[in-house]
This record gives sequence, structure tokens and C-alpha cells, in this order.
Amino acid sequence: MKARRDTRFYLIIAAVLILSYLVTTAMTNQYYFFAGFAILQFIVMALAWNILGGYVGYVNFGSAAFFGMGAYAAIVALQLFNASLFTQIVIGGLFSALLGFLTGYLTLRLRGVYFAIATLALLVVSETLIANFDYVGGAAGTYILPTRKPTILGVLIVGKQDAVFGNYKELLFFIMSFITLAAIATCSFIEKSKFGRGLAALRDNEEAAECMGVPTLKLKLIATTLSGLFMGVTGGIFPYYLTFVDPTSAFNLDISINALAMPIIGGTATWLGPVLGAIVLGTMQQVATVTISSELNVLIVGIFLVAIVLFAPNGFLGLIDKFLKRGN
Amino acid sequence: MFSFELLINAIVIGILLGGFYAALSIGLSISFGLLDIVNIAHPTFIILGAFFCYIFNNNFGYDPILVGLVFTPVFYVLGNLIYIVYYHKFEKTGAEALRGLAFFFGILFIIEVSLIVFFGVDFRLVQADYIDFKLSFGDVDLPFRMFVPFVIAMALTLGLQYFSSHTFFGRAMQAVAQDSLALRLVAIDPAKIKRIAFGISLATCSIAGALVVIVIPIEPSVGRLYIGQVFAIVVLGGLGSQSGTLIAAMMLGLIESLVTTFFGPSWAPAVAFGALILVLAFRPTGIFGRVGDTR
Repeated sequence: MKARRDTRFYLIIAAVLILSYLVTTAMTNQYYFFAGFAILQFIVMALAWNILGGYVGYVNFGSAAFFGMGAYAAIVALQLFNASLFTQIVIGGLFSALLGFLTGYLTLRLRGVYFAIATLALLVVSETLIANFDYVGGAAGTYILPTRKPTILGVLIVGKQDAVFGNYKELLFFIMSFITLAAIATCSFIEKSKFGRGLAALRDNEEAAECMGVPTLKLKLIATTLSGLFMGVTGGIFPYYLTFVDPTSAFNLDISINALAMPIIGGTATWLGPVLGAIVLGTMQQVATVTISSELNVLIVGIFLVAIVLFAPNGFLGLIDKFLKRGN
Repeated sequence: MFSFELLINAIVIGILLGGFYAALSIGLSISFGLLDIVNIAHPTFIILGAFFCYIFNNNFGYDPILVGLVFTPVFYVLGNLIYIVYYHKFEKTGAEALRGLAFFFGILFIIEVSLIVFFGVDFRLVQADYIDFKLSFGDVDLPFRMFVPFVIAMALTLGLQYFSSHTFFGRAMQAVAQDSLALRLVAIDPAKIKRIAFGISLATCSIAGALVVIVIPIEPSVGRLYIGQVFAIVVLGGLGSQSGTLIAAMMLGLIESLVTTFFGPSWAPAVAFGALILVLAFRPTGIFGRVGDTR
């Protein structure tokens, strides 16, 4: 029964992936890819934050550090050896995974609030380092002009004719869908596995879990590394999306607050929470940016965050649960 | 590049900057250090205070420090209200860790964006006679734009230190930090003490805001720059110790001024935050940590 449900879950994931490819061939309005990409980006960041914040209970204020470092690792790879888009994404992910692994060691000494503040400090230190690193443009930022044509096994994937994708926006949208689904699959796997139960144990009481033989440090290191990996991958694709990156935008505190607010608003218990939170908030922000102003979309996040923590402690998931229970 | 004159000037500016930082952090040393309320929006409240000073200075020509003083009761009441919400929604249910933090993070953004909506992102200045005044002792300059805030900051810091060690209420505040159950046993309501203390902590934001707007031009998101400094100082100073906070602020001001002078201003932010990471990783109780404090 359980195995069948798993198979069905992965089949749905595969179906969504194919659907997202079909969308790129059918839809012509490029704005939707641009906006859709932003929302997918939010979903991955929220899921990655939730691996550490929701499952382990360590609050990360420095998500933007992992995101920005992923983006800049990708830029360095491009500058050094003219890396292809895929190599860049992988390098961005690996670099932030390493950063996440090192952050994991911080959790040895820092719990709760102190960990949160340390991650915030990590964000500013990373931004300052990059702003003083002239090789990648320093504080002024840098333009990314793709010179290599992306190919897989010799097949051209982006081009006017005879290619799998019509243009870059569509390709990026498809890759981002793939990453998003991979993140969802990872999170769902964590929730069901022994690893996830270990994380839940150490979230509820770290000392007790340690005493019961849960290898807390190992679990925490895996969690911070995974969280960093997904944030770095999201960062690694970012330079191509905007074609211009500067430290202020790559290390923006807004990225951190979104990554944190979306799971809290959606609910931190399962992967569905961050996804719901990211879709609702992300869509609202896109609509607000287009129709009102880009300042207001941050205001929306702030108000939503305060309202949810005050009135719906378990986020949308909690609200839905309550609603279903009342129905019965 | 190195010269003695440059060094002396950097030290003087560093000490003045340190006093200024002390004023920014002293409120947080009460809320975060003594009450365990992680008010990450503290610097943003300071910027809110700074904007009140700007409004009254720009439209009616009032002195920013005077405006800051006049607005302290407003901030005190605001602090009381925020604590009441915080207490009932988070502290009572034991959910302050994650959701309490998120609550203040949300407040940070609400204040910041509201200011952006009203004032835009232009840098704002205040006018006062002493701001452009400067005393020179040989090669050493004493700019009043830094010196006046320094004096006010010292008065504020030392005043609060006296208050918390010599008055009944100040001692009650310290007691809440040490053992709130014991406080309840002698028929004092810890929630009430914490409410008033949080009010005082926010009241200092009004005065600190006046100092900020004198020292630098402000825009709504300037507060973010100070999050690192204030938390670094409070943690370095040993959580809740006013004299520790003052010394830590002086140290940070000096280091930052020296780094700015000899390595360039673009490295300055890394100093405070780098120091913060190191302190957190190696000595979480701070350099001047209270003896026997195991947090």
C-alpha cells in the first residue's frame, strides 16, 4: 500500500514535469515564464529553508547568503572556464552545499536565537566579501552574456529552429520546474524516512535525542548541506535569469525574509506548506509588482507574516486541518 | 599611507563612534539581554524615531535631540503595546523562539516599507547649528556631528546603568533575567516588569534615532546595516550588562574606524559581523559575560 502510494507520488511528479515542458511549447506570452520562474524560485527557497527551519527547528536568517554565494560561484565558473549553464548550476549548488556543511558545524555551539543571528551575520560577511571581490565585478555588479550554446549530448536545446526550447526563458523555466520537483521529492522522502524521524526527534528535544542514540551532529550536517544545496542551485541559475547580478540584489534581505516567511505562512510540517506559502505569496507579489509597486509586495509579506504568526500558528496547513476537522 | 596623524584621528572618531553605537545598542541590551526578547526590529524602530526627528526638524525647525526626547513616551507606549501582544501570543504559549522571531521580522518589514511608501528611498538630513561645527586641536579634529551624539549617548548609557543598578525597578529588571519564578514568589508580576522594561527599551530608540539622523543621512532601510552592530555589541557585552555594552560598543567603534581608515570603508561591515560570528562560535556568553550564566 505504502509502496504504491510512493509510486503514484513519483508518477505525479514526472507528469508535472512533462506538463511544464508542454507549457513551454504551447504558451507564447513570455511574461508568464518570467513570473512563473520567480514563483518556482520562491518554492525551492522555501522548501530548502524548511529542511532546516521546519524539520530541524534551526531558524536561518541568512538564506540570501546561500543563494548569493550560489549565484557568484556560478559567475566565477563562467569567468574561469566559460562554463555551460548546467555546469554553473551544479557548481553553484555544490559551493553553497559546502557553505551549508560548514554552517552545520556552527550548530554544535549555537542553538535557537544565537544560530539565527549568526546566519544573519554570515549574510553580511558574504555580501561584503563579494562586494570587495573585483574579479566578479565587485560592488558594481556584472553582466552575464551567454556565449556557449547549451547542448545535451550534442543536441542543441535553445535556438530559433530545430531546438527543444524556443528561447532561454523557456529553458530556464523548464530547468526550474525540474529543480522544484526534485526539491519536493527530496522533502517528501525526508518526511517519510528514518532520517526525517531523527530530525523531528532532535527538533523536539536535542539532548533527549542524543541520549537515545540519534546521531544529531550527522543529521544536522546533512540537513544544512541539503538546504544549502537547493539554495545554491537556485542561486546558480539566477545570473542567467536576470543577466545582471550585483551583490545588493543577490544578497538581498528580501530573499531571506521570503524564504522564511513562506514556510511559516504555509505551515512547516510538510513540504506542502512551503509550496502553498510560496505560491500564494509569490503570486500576490508578482501581481502587486505589476499592478501597484514593488515596495508594496514586501509590505504584503510583512503583514502576512505578522498576521499568520499571531492568528494561525500552524499556517495554511493548520487552517486547512482545522477546517477539515470541523467538517467531519 | 600610514601616518601618526591619521591614527590619532581614527582613534578619536572610533571612540565617538563607539559612544554612538552604545546608544543604539543599550535598548537591545535590555530587551535581548535581560528579557530574552529577540527584537530584531530594534534598529528599524530607531530609524522610525529618526524619521520623526526629520519630520519635525524639516517642517518646524525643532532640534532633533529635543524631538527625540519628546517622543520617548510615544515609543514607551508602543513598546508596552507590542509586549502585551508578544506576551499573550508567544511567551505564554512558549512559542517565542520561531514565531516570536518571525513576528519581529515582519514588524521590521512593515515599518520599513511604510516609511518607503511615505518618504521614498531618498536620503534625508536634519539641520542644526552644531552639526557643521568642528573643533581642531592641532592635527586632531573633533567634529560636533559626532561629538554631540557621543555626549547624549554617554548620558543615556550611564543613566540607564545607574537606573538598573540603583533603583528598585532596575533591580527587578535584573531579577527577571535571573529567575522570574523567584520574582513571582515575592509577589511581583514578571510580565508587568518585562512590559515596562520593553517599553523603556523602545523609548531609547527615539533618542537613538535622533542621534542617527545627526550622524548620517538616513533612508528607510538604513536600519538593516545596524542589525549586525547592535547584536554583536550586546552579545559581546555579555547580554544585559550595561557597562559591558558600553565597553563592547567602544571596542567595535574603534576597530571599525581603524579598518575604515586603513583598509577602506567597503570592508567595515564585515568587521562587526565577522566579530559577531567569532564571538558566537567561541564565546557565546560574551567577553564580559555574567559569571555563572550558562546561556
